Amino acid sequence: MKPKVGFYWMGTCGGCEESVVDLAERILDVVAAVDIIFWPVAMDFKLEDVEAMADGSIAVAIINGSVKTSHDEYVAKMLRKKAGLVIAYGSCAHLGGIPGLANFHSIDAIFDRVYKEVPTVYNDKGIVPQLRTEIDGMILELPTINNTVQKLDDIVSVDYYIPGCAPNPDLLMAGIQAILSGNLPPVGSVLSPNRNMCDSCPKERKEEKIMVKEFKRYYEIIPDEDQCLLEQGLMCLGPVTRIGCGELCMKANMPCRGCYGPTDQIEDMGTKYASALATIWYETNEEDIDRIVRSIPNFASIAYMFSLPASIMKRKRIKSEVDFK
Amino acid sequence: MITIDPVTRLEGHGKISIHLNEEGEVNAAYFQVPELRGFEKFIEGMPVEEMPRVTQRICGVCPTAHHMAATRALDDLWKVEPPSAAHKIREFIYNSFLHEDHTLHFYFLGGPDFVVGPDAPKAERNILGVIQAAGIEAGKKVIGMRKEIREIMTEITGKVIHPVFGLPGGISKALNKDIQDRAIKASERAIEFAQWTIGLFDKIVLGNEEYVKLITGDIYRNETYYMGMVDKNDKVNFYRGDIKIVDPNGKEYAKFDVHKYTDYIAEHVEPWTYVRQTYLKPIGWKGFVDGPDSGIYRVNPLARLNVAGGMATPLAQKEYERLYSTLGGKPVHATLAWHWARLVELLYAGERMLELASDPEFVDSNVRTLPDKLTEESRGIGVVEAPRGTLIHDYTTDENAVIKHANLIVATQQNAAPINMGIGQAARGLIQKGVPVTDGLLNKVEMAFRAYDPCFACATHTLPGQLPLNLEIYDHRDKLLQKVNMANYDRIDTIDSRIQEEIK
Repeated sequence: MKPKVGFYWMGTCGGCEESVVDLAERILDVVAAVDIIFWPVAMDFKLEDVEAMADGSIAVAIINGSVKTSHDEYVAKMLRKKAGLVIAYGSCAHLGGIPGLANFHSIDAIFDRVYKEVPTVYNDKGIVPQLRTEIDGMILELPTINNTVQKLDDIVSVDYYIPGCAPNPDLLMAGIQAILSGNLPPVGSVLSPNRNMCDSCPKERKEEKIMVKEFKRYYEIIPDEDQCLLEQGLMCLGPVTRIGCGELCMKANMPCRGCYGPTDQIEDMGTKYASALATIWYETNEEDIDRIVRSIPNFASIAYMFSLPASIMKRKRIKSEVDFK
Repeated sequence: MITIDPVTRLEGHGKISIHLNEEGEVNAAYFQVPELRGFEKFIEGMPVEEMPRVTQRICGVCPTAHHMAATRALDDLWKVEPPSAAHKIREFIYNSFLHEDHTLHFYFLGGPDFVVGPDAPKAERNILGVIQAAGIEAGKKVIGMRKEIREIMTEITGKVIHPVFGLPGGISKALNKDIQDRAIKASERAIEFAQWTIGLFDKIVLGNEEYVKLITGDIYRNETYYMGMVDKNDKVNFYRGDIKIVDPNGKEYAKFDVHKYTDYIAEHVEPWTYVRQTYLKPIGWKGFVDGPDSGIYRVNPLARLNVAGGMATPLAQKEYERLYSTLGGKPVHATLAWHWARLVELLYAGERMLELASDPEFVDSNVRTLPDKLTEESRGIGVVEAPRGTLIHDYTTDENAVIKHANLIVATQQNAAPINMGIGQAARGLIQKGVPVTDGLLNKVEMAFRAYDPCFACATHTLPGQLPLNLEIYDHRDKLLQKVNMANYDRIDTIDSRIQEEIK
């Protein structure tokens, strides 16, 4: 009997699903080797079909997306019970991803902006979506949107991680092959080489040690295509990011934004990156350092672009939740 | 009540419920979006130049559309005109993306309903069924075409899923002769592929009287306003132009620069869905009704064809004329004709790709104009035609180019109200007292929304290619009668008899 594999998506953009499809003809090899028993995006199996399966009867559940709603939580927990292995697939499941930037705000502020403040909305009565609405005796229900975006391992234990936004299909293929051959790394591993982006980046440093006089924003310079972008003053997260993507952004002459997450040695991307930057400032006097720091607007949103829910702070503290007594 | 949940993603997930009355007839239908991510809020405070990389995470199926709308907004924010080469490369990429996305929608999503048949067994009503009907060579051709285009897109944009090349005033990297040669070859194949696809459509759909009746019938018809972008010559353009609106009679209602969009587009909030419903501001929100007195409008391939005076390329123009002469002139209100309109655009995208890739400027080394630093608050608005319709990004920043406010008008959102009407209409037309609720019949209800939303294409960008549907049937007291796996015919019959029983 072929091993059973299930795919599921939570709060996601669909890019992870596209990356699976980008296996192109290789998807036929996958289908030949495993039985896909759940894939809401592409197949007709239902939650209730999976609910009816015995615990542990699925070999691998591959889950993408961040945990945003009460429904996401339910399905993640259910799949954890049914599956021998759970793989967090893509930046959102791995680290929270870009939807995790919502953790800089409260859900109330988001609702206010989206339903009351945007310039095209006309909403005199201040209507916002309700969990339960009754219209002419008919009940319409919506799931709860959580205040805090979480990553998959905040909800269930995760065995392996395939990083990236979106993941490189080669990593998925390698992961599936590793599982089929039983040749698995220790539980908790990220299934992409534990090396840092600068090791494999095609761009070269002019000097042995990077020294930055000031930081530049994309629109301020046309960077040299062959030279290290950080050296040219562009914020590049390469120094704290794991490889696996194929250095695609740098090949397009754009700096890394860290979607593959940190290497194993790094606990928190943003603070590590801050400390890395502190070592490359050309200036040493406080006044100049202050000027350099001010040249970066909203450092946190860049340094944690894909990993805020996985950071040590997880989210911005919301005043209403603090007890001032 | 009949619930279809999930109907897979639409900026997340979607849910359809159909409520029956005591007679077993359709009382009301609702299309709900049960998710909200709040991009408009959480991008506040971020450096605006990051937006092409950030806002595309709204959709991984059409990231190129969000990437390009954001990039166009940045040009506008800095009032910087990209070099001509940069415009051409961007537009080439944009048409490549439209080609690849329309292809998949036709073969993996909309196509199966026609190629295999709306009443065919559910297990065959997917891409595999299409391959079976059209031949294995056809399947290989579809996969091969997509792969070829997506590889070129990866090379030029950095990444095909979430591109990175868009910058205010241009793109991040110039192209060389080698990629130009491959782009030209791919474009030639893209045109041939589109013609071949139209040939298939001709044979299988237009050659079938029953399908033509289905397309032109009343079940899938809404008389609404239409919106789309046109170039200076009033031809369809995906990348830049003015926004044009026509009324339900096809008469021009408005034509405006995107900077005036807030004069025309307004949004309404309903408590039972997380998506905002758009309508034409001067006419107002009149509820979920069509006609000239209602502000509801539609965006999508057929909407674009309805507003424009024609196509800018010769082969597509001929196909455009054939569509309207076959379906009785402009405007066409038949929702299912959107599949045909998509193929007209597929051919245009291929022809436009070739024009742009063949241009000597395609390999020009000057692909960026550096903007001047902002000195005060600024606002940038960008518009493109996404595969599923008009897409607007609007950013206001402080003098340091940090976002103060943002507004995003997304294509699928503009079709949310029409989908609501379309579902109700199809359901009312199909689910009637005494008519068995079969799988094929419910599939025909699905076809009403499937035509609308190529975002559902992501649901079927894969070999098995079938929409996952959970169906729950409730009686008029909202009591759950039974949960159904729609792939299972016997259980559908059971439901039918139970409904009939309940009605008695």
